[in-house]
Amino acid sequence: MRAVFNILYVVALLFIFSGAGYSNFTNRGEVSIRFHHFVNNDRLILDSSVYHNRTGQEFTISKFKYYVGHIELVAKNGFVFRAKNYFLINEEEPISKNIHVPNVPSAEYVTLNFSLGVDSIDNCSGAQSGALDPVNGMFWTWNSGYIFLKLDGKSPASSAPGHIFEYHIGGYKKPANCIRHISIHFTEPLVVRNGSTCALDVVADAMKIMDGQTNIDFKTLPVVSDNKHAEEIANNYAGMFRLKN
Amino acid sequence: MKRPSFWFVLFVFVLAGVLAFTNQNPFLQITEKDVLVNLPKNFPKPVYRFAGNKPSPEGFTLGRKLFYDEILSKDGTVSCATCHQRIAAFAHIDHALSHGIYAKIGTRNVPALQNLLWNTSFMMDGRVTDLESQPVNPITNAIEMDETMEGVEKKLRSNNEYRQLFARAFGDSMATKDKILKALAQFTGLMISSNSRYDKFMRHEDTLSAMEKNGLTTFRKKCTGCHSEPLLTDNTFRNTGLAPDSSLKDTGRGKITANKNDDFKFRVPGLRNIEITYPYMHDGRFRNLQQVIAFYANGANFGRGADPMLRKIGALSAKEQSELLAFLKTLTDRQFLYDRRFADPRMP
Repeated sequence: MRAVFNILYVVALLFIFSGAGYSNFTNRGEVSIRFHHFVNNDRLILDSSVYHNRTGQEFTISKFKYYVGHIELVAKNGFVFRAKNYFLINEEEPISKNIHVPNVPSAEYVTLNFSLGVDSIDNCSGAQSGALDPVNGMFWTWNSGYIFLKLDGKSPASSAPGHIFEYHIGGYKKPANCIRHISIHFTEPLVVRNGSTCALDVVADAMKIMDGQTNIDFKTLPVVSDNKHAEEIANNYAGMFRLKN
Repeated sequence: MKRPSFWFVLFVFVLAGVLAFTNQNPFLQITEKDVLVNLPKNFPKPVYRFAGNKPSPEGFTLGRKLFYDEILSKDGTVSCATCHQRIAAFAHIDHALSHGIYAKIGTRNVPALQNLLWNTSFMMDGRVTDLESQPVNPITNAIEMDETMEGVEKKLRSNNEYRQLFARAFGDSMATKDKILKALAQFTGLMISSNSRYDKFMRHEDTLSAMEKNGLTTFRKKCTGCHSEPLLTDNTFRNTGLAPDSSLKDTGRGKITANKNDDFKFRVPGLRNIEITYPYMHDGRFRNLQQVIAFYANGANFGRGADPMLRKIGALSAKEQSELLAFLKTLTDRQFLYDRRFADPRMP
């Protein structure tokens, strides 16, 4: 009887240390998340490419940048890997569109979660560095916090000076909470193996910012830079990400 | 009910005073030393000399609160600091055109606020000639703060915190236009940027690399005709040769003087902290300094009415352009950008 217990004990230990039902923390790989910017089915090219919205208004884009944070990879077995840090994805800086997430435990991942925006804790933590450095031009004031997403450009239809449009969306508390949680499921699991790097290609379709639950007209709403209409656009950008084929 | 004794009341007052004092965040506390007007050795005599408005810790503290307070705008959403960000030498980083109230967009890029004591005029068209009266413009402008000075006075008079601050600063709790402007001038006037590496080099306190020195040589040959040292502006109005934006219809100085010869001229800005005040030019059309330098380095870019001085620049080689860029980055004054005196008093 005692021997049986000993064997069970050893099996239990093996079970725990092998990480069955849990990820094996000694085996880790890297995941690189690559953001690809599109406008509908066309690649986003700053300034030079001309696009049309649903109502046929012509426009060009001069700036497209946004914060990604709280990245999570959910494994088939339910294990969740959480990455720290915020990343500022900026079309102008190609390197920023490639996020490296190191030390990801080996597993078969089926879902990528992340948030677009900066949460209330990080909004109120005083002077910050890195992606959250106010020098990056994504900070309003200590009262209003960070701009989560900027989409700037020009449209002949715009009623604003210089025919510009500017959608600067932020706010982490009422009356406008613009943080949106994005969840992308993979049809094929992402298999992270020890020492390997695997890539996830994510499309951000800038058109969706203006064309979703609410359609944005450059003539009637060329500028959003405070809490008015911010949530409408946040609801739109919540749907702008998908996995690249 | 027994009346509280005199000693008890005094004790409560003293205790309250001590608590109020110890409650002050040392980071935000303004002392006598903080408001000394330290004029840089390498600068000329200032234009605004705080005549009748000697800065005091109380006046400066009031000016700082006003600068950061949205109460100055009609609907309480826009403060001076909304567009004038400390981290960007009080320019509006990454915004081509200014943002105002009701999500309105202005027609010009937000200028940095620094070394205002030496300005002979304010606004890009020079419509204001003294530091104290400058804030009236943004406060009353329909697309900036859309408020009246009377409206601001009224709001501040019914605010207990402000009544105390005005009493401490001016010995009278009643907010008036005059006191508001004086307090703001104490705060903005002390925004002196004179500790960039260039400044320290000029005062023999620091060195520049060979590349930066070459850039300075090019700068002196090509740029100081307008951006004259040490303030890096000659306070004049000039046409940069940029093609006018047909939709902004901004004729600049010409609108103020009603002189056709002044059309499309704008105030020559000082260049300290230029590295972080992007985007550039009066309408923010260039997103980085490389674009600005490349523009000036090609005479073919200059439109009608371009300032004759621009012709003296001539072509700049790629090497000269990168050296010039390296030099411009020595104008960044981190001491100024991180000066705690100018921080938002609400900062956590």
